[in-house]
Amino acid sequence: MQDLYREHILDHYENPRHHGVIEHADISHEESNPLCGDRIRIDVKLDGEGERYRIADAAFTGDGCIISQAAASMLLEDVVGKPLDEVAQIEPQHVLDLVGVPLTAARVKCALLGLKVLKTGIKLWKLQRT
Amino acid sequence: MTNDERWAAADERAGAFDAKGATLDARRIRADFPILAQPSNGKRVVFLDSAASSQKPIQVLQAMDEVYRRAYANVHRGVYALSEAATARYDEAREKVARFIGAPSAEQIVFTRNATEALNLLAYSYGRHFLRPGDEILITELEHHANFVPWQVLAQERGLTLKFIPITPEGQLDLQKLDELLTPRTKLVSFAHVSNVLGTINDPHPIIQRAHAIGAKVIVDASQSVPHMPVNVSDMDCDFLAFSGHKMLGPTGIGVLYGKRELLEAMPPFLTGGDMISEVRFDGPRWNEVPLKFEAGTPAFVEAIGLGAAVDYLSALGMAAIRAHEREITAYALERLSEVPGAKIVGPTDPEIRGGVVTFTLDRVHPHDLASLLDRDGVAIRAGHHCAQPLHIRLGLSATARASFYIYNELHEVDALIEAIYKAKAALKR
Repeated sequence: MQDLYREHILDHYENPRHHGVIEHADISHEESNPLCGDRIRIDVKLDGEGERYRIADAAFTGDGCIISQAAASMLLEDVVGKPLDEVAQIEPQHVLDLVGVPLTAARVKCALLGLKVLKTGIKLWKLQRT
Repeated sequence: MTNDERWAAADERAGAFDAKGATLDARRIRADFPILAQPSNGKRVVFLDSAASSQKPIQVLQAMDEVYRRAYANVHRGVYALSEAATARYDEAREKVARFIGAPSAEQIVFTRNATEALNLLAYSYGRHFLRPGDEILITELEHHANFVPWQVLAQERGLTLKFIPITPEGQLDLQKLDELLTPRTKLVSFAHVSNVLGTINDPHPIIQRAHAIGAKVIVDASQSVPHMPVNVSDMDCDFLAFSGHKMLGPTGIGVLYGKRELLEAMPPFLTGGDMISEVRFDGPRWNEVPLKFEAGTPAFVEAIGLGAAVDYLSALGMAAIRAHEREITAYALERLSEVPGAKIVGPTDPEIRGGVVTFTLDRVHPHDLASLLDRDGVAIRAGHHCAQPLHIRLGLSATARASFYIYNELHEVDALIEAIYKAKAALKR
């Protein structure tokens, strides 16, 4: 019955990976979920160039429920080292798969806040460059 | 004890609980609410979210079903029997609501979609017509967004100043600041009778008297008071009062705006179209009388009739008895919650000045996680900022957990809440 708060989720919440702020990040973006007040900021450092930009490092800070913070931690663990264009295409289901427990509709929004911040940040960065 | 065992024990002593004095027989009341007998996640639900919306008794469901089956046709325009039957029931519902809140006449009851629409109606019709740049509107720090955003938008649009009555650390309005905040420029004062977060029951009299003394009009957001305690607009002497039907056993889609007759008559319509005009000529329209002037288009009259049935149900129980019942549960919840390590009650801890709303935080447990874990135990509470973000900013909290009570809640449901909180703490190793 406590499947929502399985060990690996609590672990990501208690010991978040890639937690913090990156100075002189290439991408910095923050959003909050207006319904519950969950807030996440993500910084991304890129390397490579042109079509081959890659996420060299990423970090997040925020506050909110276990699901939102743990999902952000799992997401960043997953995307560091990956090509930017690939990350920009990540589907919500991918994050839900990373979280790996069934979520009710209201909690899906919590889990996806980090992805929303990351993808919007990437989009804004691309817009700035064109 | 599991919830099911707790319910079984309550079944056994049914009738004993609340048998004394003025309070209600919640056990008998529950029998009128089919949804409360239905399992949720395989368990009988402990429903503690009535401040958001209440459940509905069969009497309300039947009243609406009866109209659709036997007396349905569009109101006001038909001259045939069905239309006249529907119109008569609609008018009767308006009279019931007027009596329920002590309004001098049924014409002073405007049916709206909900309290939010009633307050927007005031902002559009009264605000845009009677307020001038430089005028001031005074609200409070504890308002629901419904009594906050319409005034914020109006102020920005019209160059008005929006001011706030602050709250004390205990979560009461700080009325010592009132005389300073009320100025000759203050034209409107609007406040919640009962806070949907803090539960604070604000005494309306000093605010209304002092606002009237400087010539300001006063709006009371009674969304959390009319369903739960005796409210009389004539005693209160407010200029306007708004509430929603769905929080008081009625259906969704129906709400009420009460207003003083001369003010309603002086106000221009909010929406225009059918039913709100007396005649339309090529050179312009003439408005219908109040309240129809404010009810453009086919109204939600079946829902209004449902609200009328809800008012009958509440009146039969007695609003003073309802208040006493909720005070008893609230007092018990405040007491039990104060014993939980890490739990902090938000708002007044004196049940005499607190409605049936108990909001709290739990150390190192986000309210969302708590609500999800409680849901697994069949305990339904709300988590978030409860549409009162400025208040949460003021309190320095991003979110809170809220349990709220109504006529069908029993004391042992508080035990279920507390036990589920302990289980949640254990699950999260807190």
